[in-house]
Order: sequence, then C-alpha cells, then structure tokens
Amino acid sequence: MKKRRTALYVVAILYSFVTLLPFIWSIYTSLKPTDQVFNFWTPLSKLNFSSYSYILKNFPFGHWLTNSIIIAVIVTIGNLFVNTLAGYAFARFKFPLRGILFFVFLAIMMIPGQVLLVPIYMLLAKLGWIDTYQGLTIPFLMSPFMIFLARQFFLGVPKELEEAAQIDGLGRWGVFFKIFLPLSRPLLATQIIFTFQGNWNAFLWPVLLTTSDDMYTLPIGLNSFYGQYSAYWNSVLAGVIMLTLPMIIIFLIFQKQFVQGISSSGIK
Amino acid sequence: MNAKRPSLFRNKFEQAVAGYIFLAPALVALLVFLIGPIFYAFYISFFHFSFLDPQNAKFIGFSNYIHLFQDKEFLRALGNTSLYTLGVVPVQTALALGLALIVNNIRGKTFFRVAYYIPTVTSTVAVSVMFMFIFSPDGILNKFLANFGIHGPNYFNSPKFALPAIMLMAIWSSVGQFMIIYLAGLQDIPEDVYEAAELDGARGWRLLWHVTIPLLRRTTFLNVVMSMIGTFQVFDQVYVVSGGNGGPLNSTLSVVLDIFNKGFKTMQMGYASAMAFVLFAIILIFTLIQNFFLGREDK
Repeated sequence: MKKRRTALYVVAILYSFVTLLPFIWSIYTSLKPTDQVFNFWTPLSKLNFSSYSYILKNFPFGHWLTNSIIIAVIVTIGNLFVNTLAGYAFARFKFPLRGILFFVFLAIMMIPGQVLLVPIYMLLAKLGWIDTYQGLTIPFLMSPFMIFLARQFFLGVPKELEEAAQIDGLGRWGVFFKIFLPLSRPLLATQIIFTFQGNWNAFLWPVLLTTSDDMYTLPIGLNSFYGQYSAYWNSVLAGVIMLTLPMIIIFLIFQKQFVQGISSSGIK
Repeated sequence: MNAKRPSLFRNKFEQAVAGYIFLAPALVALLVFLIGPIFYAFYISFFHFSFLDPQNAKFIGFSNYIHLFQDKEFLRALGNTSLYTLGVVPVQTALALGLALIVNNIRGKTFFRVAYYIPTVTSTVAVSVMFMFIFSPDGILNKFLANFGIHGPNYFNSPKFALPAIMLMAIWSSVGQFMIIYLAGLQDIPEDVYEAAELDGARGWRLLWHVTIPLLRRTTFLNVVMSMIGTFQVFDQVYVVSGGNGGPLNSTLSVVLDIFNKGFKTMQMGYASAMAFVLFAIILIFTLIQNFFLGREDK
C-alpha cells in the first residue's frame, strides 16, 4: 500500500517536470549570451538580462505589449458589460421572443469562428478598420457562451432577494447594480479570466486583421520576430517569457477561480 | 400615501422594454458580427468571388463545394487534420484521466493542478516557439537522444516528423485542462458507491476498471468531443511552425490554415467560405453525436 502511494507521487512529480521544464529551460536560455545558446551547461555567473533590454530597445516589443494590454482590457470590459446584462435579461425578465432569441444564441455557439473570417474581414475592410484598434476590439465584445453562463448564474439567485429590494424601493437598475452585481463576483471572475486569457493569447484574428507592426499584439510580434531572427534564440525566448509571464502570474493569483471555471464548463 | 408600493414589474409592457434594453448590446453584436456575416459567408460560398475584384463575382452554384473534394491540397489538409485529431484526442484523454486519478489520491492537489494547468494558459505562439527550440537539430532533445546513440532528425523540417511533433505540443498544452474536468467528475462520485463496491470485494485495479471509469463515462465523453472540436480547428501552431505555408511539403497544412491561405493569400474568398462550411459540417456532426449520446444517457 505504502509502496503504491510512493509510486503515485513519483509519477505526479515527474509529470510536473514535463510541464514546467520547458519554461525553466526557456528562462535559462533567455539569460544567456547568443553564442552560449547551444552550450547547455553555461554557468549561472554568465547569465544576464541583456537579451531583454536588447529586444525592448531595438524592436517594438514594448509597443506590442502595450497593444496586447489595451486590446485585452477593452475586450474584457466590453464582454463583461454586454454578456452580464444579456444573461440577466434572459434570466430575470419576461419579454416576447425570449425563448427563440436564447435558442439562437445557443445555436450560434456550434458554428466555428473560422466561418466568420472572410465576411468579417470584408466588413472591416469596408469600414476602414483593418489594422486599427476598433477592428481588433469591436467585433469581439460579445460571447454567447458567457451569456449562457451568466443566465445560469442569475437563474440560481433566489427570487426573494429581488422582492426584498423592491420593498426597499429600488428600481430595476438599482436591483441589478446594488443587489445582483455584488452577488455575482464568481461569475464576473470567470468571465474576466477567460475573456482576458483568450484575448491575450489570440493569434488567428490579430494575424488576419493587422498589417503593420505598429498594430501587432505580442503573439503576432513574437511570431514575426522569430521569422526573421530565429538564430537569436536568447532574444526569441526572452520574447516568449515576456508573452507568457503576465498570464502565468494572473493564473497563479486567480488559480482557484480558473479551476472552478474549467470544472463547471465540463459539467454543464 | 399609496397603499401599495409600485411593483418592480408594473406591467408586462414595461418589463418587455426593460428586457430588450438589457439585451440590446448583445443583440446588436449578434446581428452585425455573427448572424449577418454567417449568412453572407454562406451566400458567397456559391460564388466565384475575389475581394480584389468584386465586380467579377460569378454565381457558380455548388461548384466550390464539388471542387473541394477534388482539390488535392484541401484533401491533404483534411487528412492531416484528421490524423492530428486521431493522434491527439486519445492520448490526451488517457493521460488526463491517469493524472486525475493519481492527483485525486495524493496530497498537494493544488500544486499539481497548478503545475499541470500552466501550459494551458500559455499562448500557442509561445508554446510553439519553446518547442521549436527544444526540438531544434542541435536542441536539448537531440542532445539527450545522442546519449543513447540515436541521431535525432530536424523535426520541424521533416515531412515525417513535423506533424507528430506538433501533436506532442498540443497534448502537452491541453492535458491539464482535461485533467481538471476529470478531477471535478471524480468529486461527483458519491463515497457510498465505493463503499458498496468494496463490500462486494472490489479493490485496486478492479475497482478502478469496473466502478470508477464507467462512472466517469459522461465526463470522458464530454472531454473527447470538446477535444475533437478543438483539434479540428488547429491553426496557430501549424502557422507558427511552418511560417504560414503548411510545409514541409504540405505535411502540416491544416483545414483552417488552408482556409486562411485560400481566402487571404490567393484571395479565393468564395472558395474559402465553402471550405469553412465543410469544417462547420464536420464539427456539427461531432456535436450531434455528443447530444445524441448524452441525451440518451439522461433518460
């Protein structure tokens, strides 16, 4: 029995090496001078941050980082607003066509986003929005899945709360903002985390909708940098760390909410 | 003054107006950025249509769809994507299940969950670049293999090894996510089921094989379908690894990469839209299978 338990620990720890070593290896390599990249046992004393300052000074990595932050923040806030209100409407109000509209939102989730590539590109080109912040944010402010999550969440809030608030004389917006929003922190956390993550890591849409390196987000910038400077592994991997670290830190802070969100997506 | 406070839902009309006000932003987005574009894409999939030359759009009926199944490149992409799905889904699911069973039985659950999930929050571009370094001809993997006298290939430049290497990357990045779903599934199995099984003399492997795994059927099914839908849409990794062309020798060309290149490199936008609808049909079949089985189980 005891032996078996030890074996379980060994396997579990080995697999955590599998998931973590690539990151450690990348950090280690990003701190080496270029000529040491394939010398696998470079002593720690030779390590420094010069590849980071190199890519920040000579390439627009700082600018790409700013773009990534601006776009992910705008899209996240927009989604939070749009999806929460819509989910609340579906859960709490009776209005004509409610059933049909909700079905349409659900059905549309089955259609893969790639169907939208051509028509959205054409629409944005007509509007002159290719390679602009509007183009990278405005089409992505709503998510049927998050509306579904919000609706499920609000359906679970007891009716009595609303009635009590009514007696206190709160109007419709008052009830929503003063009663429901403070209660829905887990819902808001799930939405923020997954929308932000999706946008921070997004590749397909930004690679289609940006043409100048002024508008690149970090993933697009890193890909294009790798395309031209693939021999400079220390700099390339410094870019990798720059793209990865912020998301890992956010994950470590909110790991409980991440796990809850993922678990519920599987059960539903 | 008034005996009764005004009801929050004074009348039906007022409630309907409020409902639509709350729903308005989502409805506008739905119409402008989803439903409208989807119908438009369906419409132009019956046209010979180039964005650069919209005047010369020509209605050609089902020709795009028929041509697709004679298009060697598309068939190759479909084959690669199927192979990728067939390779990734079973390994990833089995690994996720195994790790969940292990982590569920030891201390330090939080640490392992975090460690296993970190690859999932990492950008696909970052993952691809990290693995290209590890898999590079003089990289650490080949150096390691050299200890055993194995001369490792230049993985991403080899038509034989490029796709399997990308599959490995995909498995590495998503196992954590499916493991967490399995952990949640394990938590849903009531204690008394195990107690009853143990009374009947089931232990160890038998308990696992005859009780736990069958009870996780639903979770397994969900994981498999979710993972199939995801893997069939693979794009980022193959784009980064092949520099956007699906090479070497189309060995990493995926369906979505083919859509991307046909639509925006050679500007055959009607044709690319037809491809996207074929992808939609495939994913729809996966979803219908899921609903069919899960629906039957619920009865």
